[in-house]
Amino acid sequence: MSVSAMSSPAASAGSPNRSRIQASLRRRRNAEKRFRFYGIASVTVAIGFVLFLFSTILHEGLPAFWQPVVKVDVTFDPAIIKVDPKPVADTDQSPAALRRANLDWQRKVTMVNWNRIIENSIRAEAPDVEMSARDVQFLVSQNERYRLRDMFVENPDLLGKTVPIELLASANVDVWLKGDIDRSLASDRQQLPEAARMLADRFYEDGRIRMAFSSVLFTNTDSRNAPAEAGLLGAFIGSLYMMIIVIVLAVPVGVASAIYLEEFAPKNKLTDLIEVNINNLAAVPSIVFGLLGAAVFINYFHLPLSAPMAGGLVLSLMTLPTVIIATRASLRAVPPSLRQAALGLGASRTQTVFHHVLPVTYPGILTATIIGVAQAIGETAPLLLIGMNAFVTTLPVTPLDQSTALPVQIFLWEGNENRNYFEPKTAAAIIVLLSVMLALNAIAIVLRSRFERRA
Amino acid sequence: MMFNAPETQKMNATLAPASSSNQSSAALPKTFQTVRTPDPEPRKVRVHAQDVSVFYGPKQALFDVSIDIPEKAVTAFIGPSGCGKSTFLRCLNRMNDTIEGARVSGTIQLDGEDLYDPKLDVVELRARIGMVFQKPNPFPKTIFENVAYGPRIHGLAKSKTDLEQIVVESLQKASLFNEVKDRLHEVGTGLSGGQQQRLCIARAIAVSPEVILMDEPCSALDPIATAKIEELIDELRANYTIVIVTHSMQQAARVSQRTAFFHLGILVEEGPTEMMFTSPAEKRTQDYITGRFG
Repeated sequence: MSVSAMSSPAASAGSPNRSRIQASLRRRRNAEKRFRFYGIASVTVAIGFVLFLFSTILHEGLPAFWQPVVKVDVTFDPAIIKVDPKPVADTDQSPAALRRANLDWQRKVTMVNWNRIIENSIRAEAPDVEMSARDVQFLVSQNERYRLRDMFVENPDLLGKTVPIELLASANVDVWLKGDIDRSLASDRQQLPEAARMLADRFYEDGRIRMAFSSVLFTNTDSRNAPAEAGLLGAFIGSLYMMIIVIVLAVPVGVASAIYLEEFAPKNKLTDLIEVNINNLAAVPSIVFGLLGAAVFINYFHLPLSAPMAGGLVLSLMTLPTVIIATRASLRAVPPSLRQAALGLGASRTQTVFHHVLPVTYPGILTATIIGVAQAIGETAPLLLIGMNAFVTTLPVTPLDQSTALPVQIFLWEGNENRNYFEPKTAAAIIVLLSVMLALNAIAIVLRSRFERRA
Repeated sequence: MMFNAPETQKMNATLAPASSSNQSSAALPKTFQTVRTPDPEPRKVRVHAQDVSVFYGPKQALFDVSIDIPEKAVTAFIGPSGCGKSTFLRCLNRMNDTIEGARVSGTIQLDGEDLYDPKLDVVELRARIGMVFQKPNPFPKTIFENVAYGPRIHGLAKSKTDLEQIVVESLQKASLFNEVKDRLHEVGTGLSGGQQQRLCIARAIAVSPEVILMDEPCSALDPIATAKIEELIDELRANYTIVIVTHSMQQAARVSQRTAFFHLGILVEEGPTEMMFTSPAEKRTQDYITGRFG
């Protein structure tokens, strides 16, 4: 059709249709503009909220990755460390006796007044300042004395020597130096005694206190008597165990059920009922799964409380419907022509599914799995009901040991009474958890694109 | 069994039952009577179907179809959309089994063996009766793997070289080898539509079936690719029994030796292709091939 033929009816002036079309065009264009505006507005609002959330978390949490350390010269003063030399292996001594002697010696080393050694080394740094032993103790984290002890046990030759050591400052110093407490408050409302405040400021100015990367956050478990040393490792290991249990249990079971339901099961009332139930299970509040876990795994099967095993089982149950639904969706998306091609060639149903249908759905199943797992390790509510909100200071060695989990640790720290110290620390824990999630999602994306390229 | 001709069912739903002026109702008494014209020189019968009816749930799609399919010849099924020709084709290798709620009655025999014998293994049957589908559907794997898959699952190749030989021969028979010999290990889905369809044919003949069913194999292809496939079908006729469903009457006329005309679930007429397109015995056949309906 030529252009003139097309435009001729429009060109004829006074055509009633043309003015009508033009009027409706204006309406349609306006509707389109409005709709685009709504879209842009809602995207802006959503991004704004996310940015606000992330900037708040980062602003709060990033400083918590750095903690003040005090660099002092520690003298292993023989006048305070009054212990015999470390027992050495004797020819006529049995190994058991040697071990006993060693333990004896270590106990004596532990009894040494290590606080006094720390106190002396601090006093030596500021001889002009009048301070009590208590003032000094406020400066350095409680557990640093054990570090000195361990150093000495490791190397008894330190006796009488003076070595420069960076001691972790206490949580209160951290708060004071970072300005997380109102510095203008009256002395009786401050967390640090006056002498300690002054010392902290002075050391910070002359560089003896510096902000060091907080490795304890990643190498320690939770701690209450030395909040400065509280870390996430225990929670991380707990979460890791649960993640492994979820991957090992929920993924194979979920994928297998999805395959059976989608590819093999007859379509009848029973499978309809199962399908409805699975869809409903996905919508059950997670705390209900926690109750179920407490009733079944703890009360009936007598799994230990607070153990990642029980937590992992509960999270597996919770993740199953997600995995099943997502896997079924990706199986359903496989074109029937692929199945027909295989069946028409004489492949059995199982061969058709495993040789042709399943490989095409790997990316989908993978995404489903990782979304399910990410959802599971971010879950808190069901874990509270099986006792994973316990205060645990030991590292879980097996999944049956007591442990906590990253999100639960966040919950615990958020409720800690040492508010101004633990608030940034909570935000730091959130950053760690979000990083784990982001890493999982990144893995999902990389794996998916790799599978898609191969297919 | 009580059968209603589909025409009457349709009429009852739309017209008054008393209406008799309708052309199709006048033809009613003849509907189950297939007009058959034998070949001038009879061929050996490979597939024999007797009174085959197919139901999808409560709906009957095929009414008492009986037909003999000769060996080493191309039999074409023609007819308007929804006439049951594809349904009947799918009965021949029991692909209807895969459809939920489909039910087949009557007997179909391959060399006298009942295809619907409960003892018969449908997997073995489909190795003997291959199928090519309307839309090219190669596996999303390499060209080599596409062809090698059938022989591999059926254990037809004794060794790796044996398998390679089967793949090459099948591709040659499907006149695709020269086009793809340098990229056997690239994905089959990257080929053009016509090449994909020939790959599907190569895949089907790689298991050396006795019968090949083709369900509108050219409907998704351009004329040049169609011509290639038709040429291929003509070559394959020397060794295989071929049944082809087609919408194109020219195609049926070009490639087939016998033609069967289906209409509304009924096999109306079957006979030698030449006769079917020049002097059909049935008025409905005549109307269809002259384009009066369809």
